[in-house]
Amino acid sequence: MKPAPFEYHAPLSLEEALALKREHGDDGKPLAGGQSLIPAMNFRVAQPSILIDLNKLEELRGIRKKNGALHIGAMTLQSSTEHSDLVAQHAPLLHETIPNIAHPQIRNRGTIGGSLAHADPAAELPVVALALGARFRAQNADAERWLEVGDFFSGLFSVALEPDEILVEIAFPEMPANTGWAFMEIARRSGDYAMAGVAALLTLNDEKIEAAKLVYLNVGDGPVEAMQAQQRLQGATADAAAFAEAAQLAAHEDIDPYGNVHASPEYQRHLVSVLTQRALTKALERASN
Amino acid sequence: MTATHAISFTINGQPHEAAVEPRLLLVDYLRQHMDLTGTHVGCEHGVCGACTILMDGKPVRSCIMLAVQADGHELTTVEGLAEGPDNMHPLQEAFWEAHGLQCGFCTPGFLMTLKPYLEEHPDANEDDIRHAISGNLCRCTGYQHIVDAALLGAKKMHAK
Repeated sequence: MKPAPFEYHAPLSLEEALALKREHGDDGKPLAGGQSLIPAMNFRVAQPSILIDLNKLEELRGIRKKNGALHIGAMTLQSSTEHSDLVAQHAPLLHETIPNIAHPQIRNRGTIGGSLAHADPAAELPVVALALGARFRAQNADAERWLEVGDFFSGLFSVALEPDEILVEIAFPEMPANTGWAFMEIARRSGDYAMAGVAALLTLNDEKIEAAKLVYLNVGDGPVEAMQAQQRLQGATADAAAFAEAAQLAAHEDIDPYGNVHASPEYQRHLVSVLTQRALTKALERASN
Repeated sequence: MTATHAISFTINGQPHEAAVEPRLLLVDYLRQHMDLTGTHVGCEHGVCGACTILMDGKPVRSCIMLAVQADGHELTTVEGLAEGPDNMHPLQEAFWEAHGLQCGFCTPGFLMTLKPYLEEHPDANEDDIRHAISGNLCRCTGYQHIVDAALLGAKKMHAK
């Protein structure tokens, strides 16, 4: 239960961190909050040969509003995001979601970018990123590029960062007008990995649904969008009957859960169905206000 | 054996300098190198909360942090709570009076989680407290007396 030996670097500037990343490539593992990586190293599931600790890079911390999106530095703590008025006001879905991530002690170390780059299918932030259409700024020693969320997550615990790149910033677009939101999950104990969870967005045009987003956690290799359920909702009247049909589609057509020690695939489908209806009902309430 | 790194940090108000191997966990450094054995090692993967300490005033897990990462920070362990054996912190007094512990293994983690929480939330009710301690496991008490101790602790802390 102790990490295997590794070489440790704590760069004082992003420039220095990027030079190290270029030099070491995939061997140079960035250390963000370490709330997943260090437990994995304690178990020796992960044995990186070189750690590049990003915690001294204050330039990667901060939250600002720019061009209709909330830009969050990759090393911004989950707890500072949780208590940010800007986030509460401009990204209420993110604000609602963060208290569901583990426990306060974990959120005091865990970062927004670290969780997103780790891409755990049971994690909350990838689901919110996909629901909101987040964009990701990756940087290497020479240049930067923006990745769309659809291109960023590339499978189980994988993202489309190149070996010499570091995720530096995430932009969460503001939701369109008349949009309601909800995040819900069900875990055996508060703070545990959830057996299933959903982020829902509902945009209304009078009584009709103009657009719906439903994204789930822990029912696939990454955040899973319920395409058929969304399609069923688009243009429909926002009522319980439509929500029930969407829930059925989401649970039985859109997802293919593996099951785990806490929940069989059948139970996960049940949770998805129940959560979908609850989340859409909550989102409708908020969209109507 | 990899090279050691020079670090300096504040521990319970005292400045401290050290050279550490990077793979050394912070909790092991505190216990084995500083003899601060009040911080306990439970699950070693961030779940049980027994190793909770304060870093810059905020509760963190010292079992999933490297000692080298303490560089430049202010740490407080359970040893830093009381002014002396005859002058316990009001929260410690409350745990004593309300029987907030049995075997005591989890207690330092509960204290270090609750201290900053109750400082910020003097009017926390039972629900709030149960939520605040959801990241700390106790295998003896069934939590009831810990919650009682926290409620009493909030009163004592804000009476002084």
